[in-house]
Amino acid sequence: MKEWIDVAGLEEIPRLGARMVHTDSLHLALFRTAGDEVFALEDACPHKQGPLSQGMVHGTSVTCPLHNWKIDLASGEALAPDEGCSRTFKTRIQDGRVYLSI
Amino acid sequence: MKEKLVLIGNGMAGVRTLEELLKLDNGAYRITVIGAEPHPNYNRIMLSPVLAGEKAVDDIVLNTREWYAQNGIELKTGDAVTAIDRVRRTLTLASGASVDYDRLLIATGSTPFIIPVPGHDKQGVLGFRDIADVEQMLAAAGQYRKAVVIGGGLLGLEAANGLMKKGMEVTVVHLLDRLLERQLDGPASALLKASLEERGLTFLMEAQTAEITGGERVEGVRFADGSEIEADLVVMAVGIRPNMALAQQAGIYCERGILVSDTMQTYDPRVYAVGECVQHRGTCYGLVAPLFEQAKVAANHLASFGIARYEGSVTSTKLKVTGIDLFSAGEFIEAEGDETLVLQDPAAGIYKKLVLRDNRIKGAVMYGDTMDGTWYFTLLREGTDISAFRSTILFGQHDLGDAGHGDARASTMALPDGAEICGCNGVCKGEIVDAITKKGLFTLEEVRAHTKASSSCGSCTGLVEAILAGTVGEGYDKVPSKKGMCGCTEHSHDEVISAIRHGGLKTMQAVRETLEWSTPDGCASCRPALNYYLLAHWPGEYRDDAQSRFINERAHGNIQKDGTYSVVPRMFGGLCTADELRAIADVSDKYRVPEMKVTGGQRIDLFGIRKEDLPAVWRDLAAAGFVSGHAYGKALRTVKTCAGKTWCRFGTQNSTALGVKLEQLTWGSWMPHKFKLAVSGCPRNCAEATIKDFGVVCVDSGYELHVGGNGGIKVRVTDLLCKVQTEEEVLEYCGAFTQKYREEAHYLERTAPWVERVGLNHIKKSIVDDAAQRQALYERFKHSQQFAQVDPWGQRAGGEEAHEFTPLKVAG
Repeated sequence: MKEWIDVAGLEEIPRLGARMVHTDSLHLALFRTAGDEVFALEDACPHKQGPLSQGMVHGTSVTCPLHNWKIDLASGEALAPDEGCSRTFKTRIQDGRVYLSI
Repeated sequence: MKEKLVLIGNGMAGVRTLEELLKLDNGAYRITVIGAEPHPNYNRIMLSPVLAGEKAVDDIVLNTREWYAQNGIELKTGDAVTAIDRVRRTLTLASGASVDYDRLLIATGSTPFIIPVPGHDKQGVLGFRDIADVEQMLAAAGQYRKAVVIGGGLLGLEAANGLMKKGMEVTVVHLLDRLLERQLDGPASALLKASLEERGLTFLMEAQTAEITGGERVEGVRFADGSEIEADLVVMAVGIRPNMALAQQAGIYCERGILVSDTMQTYDPRVYAVGECVQHRGTCYGLVAPLFEQAKVAANHLASFGIARYEGSVTSTKLKVTGIDLFSAGEFIEAEGDETLVLQDPAAGIYKKLVLRDNRIKGAVMYGDTMDGTWYFTLLREGTDISAFRSTILFGQHDLGDAGHGDARASTMALPDGAEICGCNGVCKGEIVDAITKKGLFTLEEVRAHTKASSSCGSCTGLVEAILAGTVGEGYDKVPSKKGMCGCTEHSHDEVISAIRHGGLKTMQAVRETLEWSTPDGCASCRPALNYYLLAHWPGEYRDDAQSRFINERAHGNIQKDGTYSVVPRMFGGLCTADELRAIADVSDKYRVPEMKVTGGQRIDLFGIRKEDLPAVWRDLAAAGFVSGHAYGKALRTVKTCAGKTWCRFGTQNSTALGVKLEQLTWGSWMPHKFKLAVSGCPRNCAEATIKDFGVVCVDSGYELHVGGNGGIKVRVTDLLCKVQTEEEVLEYCGAFTQKYREEAHYLERTAPWVERVGLNHIKKSIVDDAAQRQALYERFKHSQQFAQVDPWGQRAGGEEAHEFTPLKVAG
């Protein structure tokens, strides 16, 4: 089992918004929904690698800023009729802190 | 236990209702479909091409048996319902089986009317309604020679054309003196008749059928005047009757059809009805577009959403006889006081007529060239004031300056598969046709969703619609009568704006709750629109929601394809100093800006800035006095100017100074879409003011004000609003026009389409004719500007919204 990394306080991510997360090798997007659920995806749309962290969050999906593909935050799958998938990462919230498993 | 929904009638309207229902609420019901025909749901509209041999039966199946299975729908074909017991809520079938229901959807369609003359029940006398009829006609065509079609309406002519193509000698018998009297006026009807006669059809006009003669099988038709013609096959296509016998027998109230309310419910609230069998507000529909609108409403109520209403449809028709183009819509026979515009070219076989009332299209008839039918139909349904382009409207939409597509439109279906239709998304004709046939698409929206064609700039919409119409026939959904803002609501932009303004709604939450949004926090399409409407109507009160802004407006720069941003500092009126240029050069060096460019709006664009560097870049620019140029926003962009009378030997006024004043007045304001100004110092118009949203052309005696221009995808030259004498007036008129646009236009609607939609007169009334209204608009604009003229770059350079620009760094 990979370890959980403490990334940020929940309040540091805007509600219905996202933060960019940079690791040494990866660019991720960390999303927060209206209901304070947190999801992490690779920061690249399956279509043309648009930065999903810059998109608009609604319900539990995000709309890519480049060509309006909608990506499901939980599965990383593009919503129909588009097809494709972004890599997902596990998250959890504990005591107001957001943890990420990479 | 889930409720059980039973659909009687496995046809287009009923199954479409199920499709709409599954989209809204998959799994709300256990569904059973009972169809009398032995086939799955097929496209009845395409029976004519099947008869003509242009398509096979398999080509026109809309829902395969697998579709029913995949969606958990029980399908019983070849079995008819014989009785409805509404007390026990059971149906009795011809096979003897019985089926229970909790809710019932009746979509029994219609039956062809067979004239009850002596001999009407002989062998070889048919209606034209289903696959069985077509199969019988095809069999007859292989065996016999002479066919008589009774009825010169759409269906009759299509049947006649099909039988002729199968090698039969066909005579069309019509009671009246003109064909398609419900769709065409006299001249168009005459052109059609001549063209069909040339192809080999024979017509007997004003002939009243008295008897079908023969033995067991038909041998001829005798008319009221005693004359007689030979016939081996008689097709009766004189009309359809709503098929309501079953409902009537169950005691459901019927008149000419099964009576339904605006929610598609019959007098028994458990029983819904859609399609050709219903009568709604006194009208029975026989075309597919209204049926699909009904299906949407019925599904909405079956899914317990309860917000949609069907309010009737305006319909249009086309004849599906290959090679004959005709189109009609609305009230195409003028009433007293109406005006008509007519274009007639008998040699080329072209006839177009528009019926106008108060400069709005009420009806249209076209023969020979119908490419603009969809455009006229849209103008008709939206009630657009056409006075601005009335003199050229008959020449078609491409004559308005839809550059590049003009001639291609006339022959869309003749284009090769590889022809590019959508230049923005690189979609070829073949891909579109493929998606339509393989995925069973019916609407422009569906084609956009699946292929992306026409989903960006929209200039190819006409072409895509032509392909859609050519591929699925009349079945495709044209402009819906009322268009919701997005998938989250049935309410139109105008309804939402009105609710915000008059209902005192001041938060997005309040709008979504009051107007019953179907999603908790909207979508990427409605959130920016609502955010704008609230900001425009409640300045100083509504708090801008960053998460409802597109990334460009949230990050205050233009996102580029590689994820970097571009930065355009504001240079009022395009003027600059050596110090300012030096500051820009320093920023370029310091942040290693890979490319700089002078923009079309006379500003300098710095490309390739990393998002993390944006606040620092802005800090350096602010130190030199620059504020945001808003080159990224649905906002006031730039005021372009020419040299003016200070330097230019032709200049009549000080255009640069006026440009600076206008930009100082308007900068920072948010708009429905981008908004550009220009001031030219003389009629030579070097600042290109006549393709701007608001343009000023200086003349010796004052200032000409021009509005509604656009230099983008579709070039539109401005309309002259009026002429004024002083700079103060220019500012007041500009502020008032801007505010009117801000208050009334739909989000993402530029001034050009807005002016075309509402009409220049509507704008002149409150800006030019009514000084009190103009001043009130101007005051509201200035009030709103108090809150809008805050430099977003300065704020962010000072540390606001830092989370937007700073990535979280973690090891790993």
